[in-house]
Amino acid sequence: MAILVIAEHDDSSIKAATLNAVTAATKLGGEVHLLVAGSNCAAAAAAAARISGVGKVLLADAPHYADQSPENVAALLVSIAGAYSHLLAAATTRGKNCMPRVAALLDVAQISEISGVESADTFVRPIYAGNVVATVQSADPVKVITVRATAFEAAGEGGSAAIESLPAGPDLGLSRLLGRELTKSERPELTAAKVIVSGGRGMANGENFHRLLEPLADKLGAALGASRAAVDAGFVPNDYQVGQTGKIVAPQLYIAVGISGAIQHLAGMKDSKIIVAINKDAEAPIFQVADYGLVADLFEVLPALQAELG
Amino acid sequence: MKILVPVKRVVDYNVKVRVKPDASDVDLANVKMSMNPFDEIAVEEAVRLKEAGIATEVVAVSAGVANCQETLRTAMAIGADRGILIQTDVELQPLAVAKLLQAVCAKEQPQLVLCGKQAIDDDANQTGQMLAGLMGWPQATFASKLVVAGQQATVTREIDGGLETIEVVLPAVVSTDLRLNEPRYATLPNIMKAKRKPLETTTPAALGVDVAPRLKTLKAAEPPKRTAGIKVADAADLVLKLKTEAKVI
Ligand SMILES: Cc1cc2nc3c(=O)[nH]c(=O)nc-3n(C[C@H](O)[C@H](O)[C@H](O)COP(=O)(O)OP(=O)(O)OC[C@H]3O[C@@H](n4cnc5c(N)ncnc54)[C@H](O)[C@@H]3O)c2cc1C
Ligand SMILES: Cc1cc2nc3c(=O)[nH]c(=O)nc-3n(C[C@H](O)[C@H](O)[C@H](O)COP(=O)(O)OP(=O)(O)OC[C@H]3O[C@@H](n4cnc5c(N)ncnc54)[C@H](O)[C@@H]3O)c2cc1C
Repeated sequence: MAILVIAEHDDSSIKAATLNAVTAATKLGGEVHLLVAGSNCAAAAAAAARISGVGKVLLADAPHYADQSPENVAALLVSIAGAYSHLLAAATTRGKNCMPRVAALLDVAQISEISGVESADTFVRPIYAGNVVATVQSADPVKVITVRATAFEAAGEGGSAAIESLPAGPDLGLSRLLGRELTKSERPELTAAKVIVSGGRGMANGENFHRLLEPLADKLGAALGASRAAVDAGFVPNDYQVGQTGKIVAPQLYIAVGISGAIQHLAGMKDSKIIVAINKDAEAPIFQVADYGLVADLFEVLPALQAELG
Repeated sequence: MKILVPVKRVVDYNVKVRVKPDASDVDLANVKMSMNPFDEIAVEEAVRLKEAGIATEVVAVSAGVANCQETLRTAMAIGADRGILIQTDVELQPLAVAKLLQAVCAKEQPQLVLCGKQAIDDDANQTGQMLAGLMGWPQATFASKLVVAGQQATVTREIDGGLETIEVVLPAVVSTDLRLNEPRYATLPNIMKAKRKPLETTTPAALGVDVAPRLKTLKAAEPPKRTAGIKVADAADLVLKLKTEAKVI
């Protein structure tokens, strides 16, 4: 049986995390199809067809998919699920919102945020803030899965899959989008960035983020992240939060500035290749996971770092 | 308007859990248990809606072992009016919990279910969405703001990239994110008062729900540990090491 991956897109291009989900799908053994549901999203479908490893793209183009409401998208998925052994989506806020609803409607369990595929029915997933990895087996006829993007390589380009149009499912009319307030930034997306500069409560205020961390991030081509404490205090927007209950990241380089290293924060970044910690408290737990630790006042270190980077 | 708040008893967020020596599961013997932090936020929000005259009754429900009573008492100390314990020793997975909650919803007919976005033990982030699917209700997950007016709820959601505001028709399921509110501390008089509030006990069998687990845990292991690296002297030393040793910049 074939495997269906639900693409996340903005009507014209495919989001990076979907590429990681495609790679997870190719490990299951079966032809991989990609569903693009949206409104006026033919360009996204064309982009989906170029992803390597994708055998077919299904395009469901209707006005009631414009908002990506989980009610309507889940209804569509349930209507086509019969042809598939697995349904996968990236564990983004969209995937996490929609997939459990699909699973419940199909009367099957969902396997959340898998970080490994052992076989077609056995998966590895982190629990307890990543302090434990569980290997779980599903006996359900259809496996509904969300994929932790950082655990799989991104699928490349070079495919040329056929695009097939699907009849739209029902419009349930249960919810309505009133508006979105998206953070505008020229910097790379947190979950796809190679380098992340992240600030905590030690930054003291939002102005310091702007004045001290942003120039550093710009020099390194880095994304900006934050601890929950920094978000709660209003220094930066909510979507900067890295951690168990925020974003999970695994860049080549993660620089934690004024962050103590609570387990909930570590859960979101401890798979980074190189971790740098800058903290004035030599006992801060962040140093236990840092490859390079600098015990110093961040207000002195950050300007010096900027100068060193030229 | 009646609000149902599912509350889960979980390992306290300050506890670092360990795996059992035989690697079969997580060792939960003698660890401190608390209410899932996201559920505290949900109870707080429900109680605020009652204080604002929008909700008339707040019912807390928990599924699990007998000790979940403590979690329900905590919810009642924050301000829930009564509790329902669905008692079982079976390992409950999200689909089973959602079906139990579905059965409770059929009986209680709430207009709003306010639950946590994820339980911090299993991190599944599923139960609310599953319940909404089973009930055929709309869902508004990861809420950082909730306004209930008439037959509608307007919810601001924390999504990748920022915020989104949606309007859903009631009844609906709303799941809480961290910034929805800051839960109050239960005062001693309220803790005492909570002991006298009604707590009803039922079972999955009485609700007619099959809670057999669908997923089997084959193995639980601790991930490879990171070890502390070295301390660098200053910014110049750090940049040098990142360039020549780690080769990441
Ligand atoms: C349910 C739940 C979910 C959570 N989810 C998350 C999550 O997803 N992500 C997350 O990050 N947290 C999360 N938390 C919160 C977490 O427990 C910590 O409270 C939080 O990570 C602390 O943030 P912090 O390190 O910035 O602040 P603090 O712990 O206050 O640390 C600040 C650090 O800055 C240092 N510092 C101060 N001034 C300076 C200076 N001038 N120079 C150098 N260093 C300085 C201090 O030494 C200290 O180590 C969650 C908590 C709960 C209960
Ligand atoms: C390796 C492993 C070991 C486990 N060991 C045990 C064990 O020893 N004992 C055990 O009891 N379970 C155990 N479980 C089951 C597990 O802890 C959860 O109960 C179950 O998977 C539900 O997932 P969740 O709570 O993460 O759901 P989520 O979907 O993350 O929960 C979201 C929200 O749903 C509501 N909710 C969830 N569960 C309940 C509930 N029971 N009552 C009321 N509201 C609820 C809450 O509002 C919560 O915030 C284990 C699971 C695994 C994978």
